[in-house]
Amino acid sequence: MNNKTIKNKTNIKALNGGYAMAEALRQIHPDVMAVYPITPQTTIIETYAKMKADGLVTTEIIQTESEHSAMSATIGACSAGARAVTASSSQGLLHMAETLPVVSGLGLPIVMCVSSRALSAPLNIHGEHGDVMAIRDFGWVQIFSEQAQDAYDNTIIALRLAEMAGVPVMPIMDGFHTSHTTERVEVLEDEIVASFVGERQAENALTDQENPVTIGTLALQNTYFDFKIDQEKNMQKTKTLYKKICAEYGKISGRKHGLFEAYKMKDAENVIVMMGATAGTVKDTVDALRAEGKKVGLLKINLFRPFPYREVGAELSHAKNIAVLDRAMAFGSFPPLFQDILTSMQSAGSKKHDIASYIYGIGGRDTMQAHIEKVFKDLEDGEISNKIKYLQ
Amino acid sequence: MKLNKNTFEIIFFARGGQGAKTASELIAHAAVREGKFVKAFPFFGPERSGAPTKMFLRVSDKEIRTQEPVTDPDVVVVLDETVMDSQDVAKNLDQHEVLIVNSTNDKETIRKRVPHFEGSIHAVDGNGISADIIGKPNPNMVLIGHLIKISEIVSLESAAEIFREVFTEKIGKDLTEKNIKAMEAGYDSL
Repeated sequence: MNNKTIKNKTNIKALNGGYAMAEALRQIHPDVMAVYPITPQTTIIETYAKMKADGLVTTEIIQTESEHSAMSATIGACSAGARAVTASSSQGLLHMAETLPVVSGLGLPIVMCVSSRALSAPLNIHGEHGDVMAIRDFGWVQIFSEQAQDAYDNTIIALRLAEMAGVPVMPIMDGFHTSHTTERVEVLEDEIVASFVGERQAENALTDQENPVTIGTLALQNTYFDFKIDQEKNMQKTKTLYKKICAEYGKISGRKHGLFEAYKMKDAENVIVMMGATAGTVKDTVDALRAEGKKVGLLKINLFRPFPYREVGAELSHAKNIAVLDRAMAFGSFPPLFQDILTSMQSAGSKKHDIASYIYGIGGRDTMQAHIEKVFKDLEDGEISNKIKYLQ
Repeated sequence: MKLNKNTFEIIFFARGGQGAKTASELIAHAAVREGKFVKAFPFFGPERSGAPTKMFLRVSDKEIRTQEPVTDPDVVVVLDETVMDSQDVAKNLDQHEVLIVNSTNDKETIRKRVPHFEGSIHAVDGNGISADIIGKPNPNMVLIGHLIKISEIVSLESAAEIFREVFTEKIGKDLTEKNIKAMEAGYDSL
């Protein structure tokens, strides 16, 4: 009954992923957004700048001279007690890399919207996960999105999670495939989002002069290690909080989010595990193969950091053969998601599985249903090698 | 054979700056207004004015999940005839499907450039019609008017409504109404 009333208030719009994230940010209404607005930036900040110019938000937009400075300014604003956000992509995200562990080490609740893209050289700024994989273990929560709707929802979930858990959060969408595709998006009422995210109650704000604190202190051999272990403990706690926030968000939106989406997994024998936009193409392929009587399924990971090893391992334990599809290269190594799935099977105490590694969509290469059918065929035929296969 | 029979798929061929993106997104917005699902996205190549571009549009009554580019369209719209020099715009268009070309040439002349295509060809003088109505050769509105007529993916009214909402402030009331007139003229040009 309650849900129905809320749903009636929902606005349905045609938005691309970049606009959808900007729309969520408008409703969150941060105090500060520091940005470096030059390619490879995202459509998020140009859309947000227009919203500011149109008088829809009072956010202070700071244009900096580099992405490194953009994150540094965001750190300053957030430490001062402001709700501060930014957005980045590709080379720009890596230019920020030096500042990213500062954010997580300080426990600053910064949200950075990322349109995930390829890295130079050779020059390419098309969709893949190479940029966000390079910084995956820097203490930022990473949430992947499939469609523009997820990009919108995840931005709101990210803000709430960041401020509740005291961790930085990165809602991620696939560059171009999600960021530049115009789709149907259900946008919540402004007041509903405002009440869901509330006001930031900053602990230890630098502007609180009655309670002065030191931020970014020196920690030597006798304490640094302990700080880092505490940071990891806090990171692990965000998993439960994330689930709780997703459940609460489900009540106001009617949409289900969580650690992962198990698509037709119940009796699935051959399973693909992956993240992001291309999951849509896999779902269509799963349906087509199911119509032929094949027991196939998809496990789409949403929360990538902290990785839900135990839960993923349990979900996959009944599968016969598993293919893990990564959208990032990992030179001299197996790709990141594949390695996390191996660890998941181990931590679930699961018996030996045949797990294959595939890499797809590098530098914006199209991934077609035919590619996905081939992966399922490999699994069905038991053609699982210990070498990485490329879906070219 | 179509992979998604429930989904209507369109490719726009144009050159950068001709408004293919505006055209496809206008239809996407109108379709969403009518309660449908859409995916409208460009061919992700380098963007520069004058370079050949492609826009893909999917419209369906059901959720659209695939992220593939459109490879087997139901309708193809060509905003600039010269892109036919370098690309087979009628690829995978079958005899029941439609090719709309912005051209002053007649159907038979156009057909000679896509000899394998057995479906119907619609030649619409988008540049001429828009020059008469808008005062500038902007073929996109005329061509989408025609596309709406033959495909019925959205109503002319909802496309006009969206155009007014988006463009009145940007280009003024006079130019907005002229663009809508150009779309209506494209709709009537059979």
